[in-house]
Amino acid sequence: MSIWSYANPAKFMATTRRLTPALGALAALCLVVGLVWGFFFTPDDYRQGATVKIIYLHVPSALMAINGWLMMLVASLVWLVRRHHVSALAARAAAPVGITMTLIALVTGAVWGQPMWGTWWAWDPRLTSFLILFLFYLGYIALWEAIEDPDTAADLTSVLCLVGSVFALLSRYAVNFWNQGLHQGASLSLDAEENVADVFYFPLLVSMAGFVLLFVALVLMRTRTEIRARRLHALRLRERMA
Amino acid sequence: MGRVIARDLRLAFRAGGGFGLGLAFYLILTVLVPFGVGPAGAELARIAPGILWVGALLACLLSLDRLFALDREDGALDLLATAPVPLEGVALGKAVAHWLTTGLPLSLAAPGLGVLLNLPWPGHLWLGLSLLLGTPALSLIGAFGAALTVGLKRGGLLLSLLVLPLYVPTLIFGADVARRGAEGMALGAPLALLAAVSAGCLALLPFAAAGALRINLR
Repeated sequence: MSIWSYANPAKFMATTRRLTPALGALAALCLVVGLVWGFFFTPDDYRQGATVKIIYLHVPSALMAINGWLMMLVASLVWLVRRHHVSALAARAAAPVGITMTLIALVTGAVWGQPMWGTWWAWDPRLTSFLILFLFYLGYIALWEAIEDPDTAADLTSVLCLVGSVFALLSRYAVNFWNQGLHQGASLSLDAEENVADVFYFPLLVSMAGFVLLFVALVLMRTRTEIRARRLHALRLRERMA
Repeated sequence: MGRVIARDLRLAFRAGGGFGLGLAFYLILTVLVPFGVGPAGAELARIAPGILWVGALLACLLSLDRLFALDREDGALDLLATAPVPLEGVALGKAVAHWLTTGLPLSLAAPGLGVLLNLPWPGHLWLGLSLLLGTPALSLIGAFGAALTVGLKRGGLLLSLLVLPLYVPTLIFGADVARRGAEGMALGAPLALLAAVSAGCLALLPFAAAGALRINLR
């Protein structure tokens, strides 16, 4: 059985009916463990004090802000190539979740930056590219809302997502050119010699897993809602015809 | 394609075409800036390249919503879609016509407006050159945005929300060329990158715009 069988809305709904609450519960578990462990059972950093603990919200939400856009890009491509409606609706469902993650990353960053850098906001490349990402999400959502015909809306937003991805990537590197940053390097990456210290590392991993699961659960939930709304719309149209 | 360009140019130059509107807007914007930030010469000179670039960007935006919308209203767009020239060519022609009526005059006017903002001497040339290189990208991105929103009743505001974030890389490189030119620094790198952005837009965006137009004409 291939993954494309889930493009059938009935199959998708049947599978996700059980899967969504399970993922949600798992997300809640991971978030509670990760955040409680991170907030109360890790030492303060010797330079940053207790503010270091914002990392448990900041890094995972930033991760999902970028991956949310990536997911929308893949879903848009699937829609444009294979015309599966579930895919288009999943992209639509992911956008508000993604923009919320972007906002969380920006706000937690500002809250951390105030005591640490002495400013809420700096025109640092990373901060700026997140702000630009926020604007891209905003335009994408606005375009979805503005167009009445669902297929046209799905097509146009998919094209916007493709072109937007290229320009978002371009902007990400263009701002590097424009201003040197305050922001530290990546907190963790697979190829780095040194990541954050182990005491902070493990709760961070748990809370990242929690955010990933939360994102997936929310997107599935919203996709289910979108499919139901689409069905309702079709039923109403049929009633009016009869 | 040449005919598309010629037709759009004729329409722009005739009464009600709004050819001078972008230029007039650019002039007014430049005149308003000193009222906002004060008349001190050194300060104006420092922000002049950025202001003139942002102003050009906004002036470009001004005429975008009529790029395809008017043709769609009177049915000309349907005829263009069935014409022997591919829709990509039509989109490119429209973008070229838009550049000839806004980007080109803006680039030529910018050095003159630089005088108003006390831009230091070699900066005028570099400002004009950077706009000359960068405004084609603005017109092409704008044509893509206009193609996306052509089916909407009031697409103008949405169009600016969609297009302005796409303008970021062009603005960064363009304003950097103008700033470095004004300060007499080396500017090869941003100039090359600005040209690269324009060339990339020229190569790819007509296809995206034509795709959006096809969806909207369905």
